[in-house]
Amino acid sequence: MTIGLTHYLVVGAIMFTLGVAGIILNRKNIIVILMSVELILLSVNINFVAFSKELGDLTGQVFALYVLTVAAAEAAIGLAILVAFYRNRGTIAVEDINSLKG
Amino acid sequence: MPAVFFYIFATIMIASACVVILARNPVHSVLFLILAFCNGAGLFLLSGAEFLALILIVVYVGAVAVLFLFVVMMLDVDFAELKQGFAKYLPMGVGVGLVVLGELGMVALGWRTSPLAASAAASPIPDNMSNTAALGQILYTKYAVFFEASAMVLLTAMIGAIVLTLHHRPNVKRQSIEEQNSRNAKNVVEIKKVPFRTGV
Repeated sequence: MTIGLTHYLVVGAIMFTLGVAGIILNRKNIIVILMSVELILLSVNINFVAFSKELGDLTGQVFALYVLTVAAAEAAIGLAILVAFYRNRGTIAVEDINSLKG
Repeated sequence: MPAVFFYIFATIMIASACVVILARNPVHSVLFLILAFCNGAGLFLLSGAEFLALILIVVYVGAVAVLFLFVVMMLDVDFAELKQGFAKYLPMGVGVGLVVLGELGMVALGWRTSPLAASAAASPIPDNMSNTAALGQILYTKYAVFFEASAMVLLTAMIGAIVLTLHHRPNVKRQSIEEQNSRNAKNVVEIKKVPFRTGV
C-alpha cells in the first residue's frame, strides 16, 4: 500500500479541524487559541509539502517556508501583546478584552 | 515501510493535537504541541522535504514552543477559571468541527491531479542534488524578493515584540556610559582649603 496525496490531505484536514475546534472550545483562553492557530498553520504546511511532492514542484516547499516565517512572527507578536495586556490589566480572559467598546 | 511510519507519525500527531485543545493545564498543551510538531517534521521527512522538517524542529520546537512555555509560566493566571464554559462550547465546537471536516474531507477525497500538472511545474525538483541545495538555488535567485520580504516580516516582528514588552521603570539607577566617559578630574574633583580646626 502506498501513501499518496490523499493520505496527506486527510491528515491535513483533520489537523485543520482540530485547530478550528480548539479555537471554539477554548474561547476564553487566548494562549490555547494561539496554539490552535499554530496547529492550523501546521496543517496548511502539510498540504503544501504534500502537493509539492505530488506535483514535483519545489515552489510548494518555498511557500511552506514563508508560512513558517509568518507563523513565527505571529506567535512572537501575539505573545508580546498578551504579556503587555497582562501587565496592564492582570487578566488574559478574552471576554475582558473590551476596552475599545463604547 | 514508509506507510508504517506515515501512520505512526500521523496518529501521534493527531492524538497530540487533540490533547493540545483538550488539556486542562496549558503547560501540557504546549508540551503536546511540541510533540505534534516533531511528528509533523517526521511527515515532512517522509515526503522528501528534509530542509523544512529540520527547520520545523529548529524554529518551532526550539523557539516558538519555548516562547509559549515561557509566557504560560510567566503569567500568573488562574487557568481553571479560563477553562469554565468548556462544556457549554462543546456542542458548537464539535458541530463546527464536523462541518469543516466534512467539507475538507470531500475536497481531499475527491481530488484528482491532472496528468498535465507535473509538466507545468514552476520549479521542478531536480534529482541530482539534495533538497536543501535545490531549495537554496531557487530561494536566492527566483524567489529572492520574497525571501527578503520574509526577512522584513521577521525584523518587524522582532522590533514590535521588543517595543511592546519593553517598559522603563522609574526610580531605577542606570549606567550612563556617556556621562561616565565625559568625566574628568578638572570638573569633578574640587580642592578645598580647610581652615584649621573649623572643618568645611
